[in-house]
Amino acid sequence: MDASNYLYISALLFTIGAVGVVVRRNAIVVFMCIELMLNAANLSFVTFSRINGNLDGQVMAFFTMVVAACEVVVGLAIIVTIYRSRRSASVDDASLLKR
Amino acid sequence: MTTSTSLIYLIALPLAGAAILLLGGRRTNKWGHLLGTAMSASSFGVGLYQLMLMLDRPTEQRPITQKLFEWIHVGDFQVDAGLLLDQLSICFVLLITGVGTLIHIYSISYMSEDKDRRRFFAYLNLFIAAMLLLVLGDSYLSLYVGWEGVGLASYLLIGFWNQKPAYATASKKAFVMNRVGDMGLSFAIMIAFATMGTVSFVGVQEQVNNTSEAALTAMGIMLLVAAAGKSAQFPLQAWLGDAMAGPTPVSALIHAATMVTAGVYLITRSNFVFDAAPTAQLVVVIVGAITLMFGAVIGTAKDDIKKALAASTMSQIGYMTLAAGLGPVGYAFAIMHLLTHGFFKAGMFLGAGSVMHGMNDEVNMRKYGALRKFMPITFVTFGLGYLAILGVPPFAGFYSKDLIIETAFDAGGAKGIILGITTLIGASITAFYMTRVMILTFTGTKRWDDDAHPHESPWLMWLPMAILAIGSVSSGYLLSRGDALENWLHPLFNHSDEYQKHLIEPIVVSAMALTMVSIGVAIAYFKYARREVPSVAPEDVSIFTKVARQDLMQDRFNEAVFMRPGQALTTTLVAADEAVVDGAVRGVGQVAMGSGSALRGLQNGYVRSYAAMILVGAIALIGAIWVVVQ
Repeated sequence: MDASNYLYISALLFTIGAVGVVVRRNAIVVFMCIELMLNAANLSFVTFSRINGNLDGQVMAFFTMVVAACEVVVGLAIIVTIYRSRRSASVDDASLLKR
Repeated sequence: MTTSTSLIYLIALPLAGAAILLLGGRRTNKWGHLLGTAMSASSFGVGLYQLMLMLDRPTEQRPITQKLFEWIHVGDFQVDAGLLLDQLSICFVLLITGVGTLIHIYSISYMSEDKDRRRFFAYLNLFIAAMLLLVLGDSYLSLYVGWEGVGLASYLLIGFWNQKPAYATASKKAFVMNRVGDMGLSFAIMIAFATMGTVSFVGVQEQVNNTSEAALTAMGIMLLVAAAGKSAQFPLQAWLGDAMAGPTPVSALIHAATMVTAGVYLITRSNFVFDAAPTAQLVVVIVGAITLMFGAVIGTAKDDIKKALAASTMSQIGYMTLAAGLGPVGYAFAIMHLLTHGFFKAGMFLGAGSVMHGMNDEVNMRKYGALRKFMPITFVTFGLGYLAILGVPPFAGFYSKDLIIETAFDAGGAKGIILGITTLIGASITAFYMTRVMILTFTGTKRWDDDAHPHESPWLMWLPMAILAIGSVSSGYLLSRGDALENWLHPLFNHSDEYQKHLIEPIVVSAMALTMVSIGVAIAYFKYARREVPSVAPEDVSIFTKVARQDLMQDRFNEAVFMRPGQALTTTLVAADEAVVDGAVRGVGQVAMGSGSALRGLQNGYVRSYAAMILVGAIALIGAIWVVVQ
């Protein structure tokens, strides 16, 4: 099978994630969309690794997973805290920094 | 040259007095005036002692120096703070400390009612110290320090009663006009440094022959500007009349006897410069001649006794400047007139102070009259000073002023005739206005208000007046007997060897001078003694009187020529500053603020719009890279 199909899927996933980040208000959904974008990037890494026949892309994908895991831990903690204090998980409500 | 270690005491004693009185504050109120007087008197004592030592030495060893410390040492250029006491400085030292001490004594009584008497004595001591530094400095730079010091003391003392705004303004006026002259002195020092590489008197004298005449002329003119500022000479004369706002002892000491003669000292001290620059010398003579007429004319119209005396001071210093400009023959006569003038003018100012003291500080002579009976001692001492300034033989002015008139005629040619006639007419006008002062003040009928109770001043006041009167009588004879002062100062000046014959016999000059003086006295007598003097100055007077009453328009001239254009210039500069400089600065700020508030709309606080911006940015970047790679 042509490896470039994986890249098309990766681009599609990234676009869905990016649009989701921009248009959705719910913090959890935005968060999931970010994960989607990260994984789209991961898919590209792995595909390129396969195309080029070396392991650099695979290594980079592992790094991305570690970072994504850490980010989930911190991000969810922030979202839970914001929800507890504001009774809302909407990212538009958390706009106090502009003042 | 002989060195000494004791010259510094001359300056240190009054300086210590000033420091103690100023720093000691109210604690020294009780005995401050005594300390001030003692310091001045002991400085006079040191001066006398130095004179004794100097008389014992042979002529060529008479000047002595004292190096105080290394002041400026840069590369080859070196200035030491040093003192120089020679035949010229000692004359000034004795005049300053002698007359100064007498005026200290006088002030003890004159200022006894003033709650700030201690401060007054502190300033007087400061003045004495600064003036001594001026005449003892061995370089133009040391002189400059003293020069500024006396300017400061003069400012502080003119504005001593600065609770009156007019007096404070007068002190500022004197200070600012002196500043103009000080610029001249600093330029002269810069010229000396640039062309000769030295600023000491000895160094400049040695370098004169290696210096171009143009540089020397420029330096001479700048020195003259300095002298004009300090000595109230044309065209920087306008401050002296207003300087009479100070207490009368100050007018006597600073604005008659000592400080205002500093300009004559400067010219005489720089004789080597002027001898080598005939153009500068000619300008000195012209300035002296103009000022002597200028002051004399103002003196005829003033009703304020102190201002009349101030105008007379201006005129007499004009005589000295004129003599100093006449070259080697004139220097000694300038100094002689300076010394005799120090006696009689200080004496007359103290007399004026005594009259004011008895008349509730009234200064308008039209409110005096017939004071001879009430103030006999003041009348006699003032009268002796009057005879001295007129040049009646054998009083002091006869010797000194006649010598100047003779020297003026001896200048030869048209110059000599013009100068001689100017000095003769000046002498006549001097006789007129001084007789007017005498008649208005001491004779005639009483014109004072009923609440004035004229009385003779206490002995602390008349004793200095009496001593100065003795000086007014005898100093001329003593200084000119056997050409004493001339021979004393002879080694300092560059004399041509051949004997100069008088163009007009001295006896003829004296006769002419006395005739002119008699005419002046006679006019004043018929104008003021034979007629009733109105106690309010008449308004229907000739245009000349009106102009003279306004100091010959000197203030109007300064206002029109310097003040208004200066104000216009500053107004323009302020406008330009606001429009251009401030405009640029504010413009930058406004651009930053405007763009900031425009861009602030982007910072809306919504995470999603930030994310969208990042996305757009990333797409734009990728697009740009794609375009470039293609």
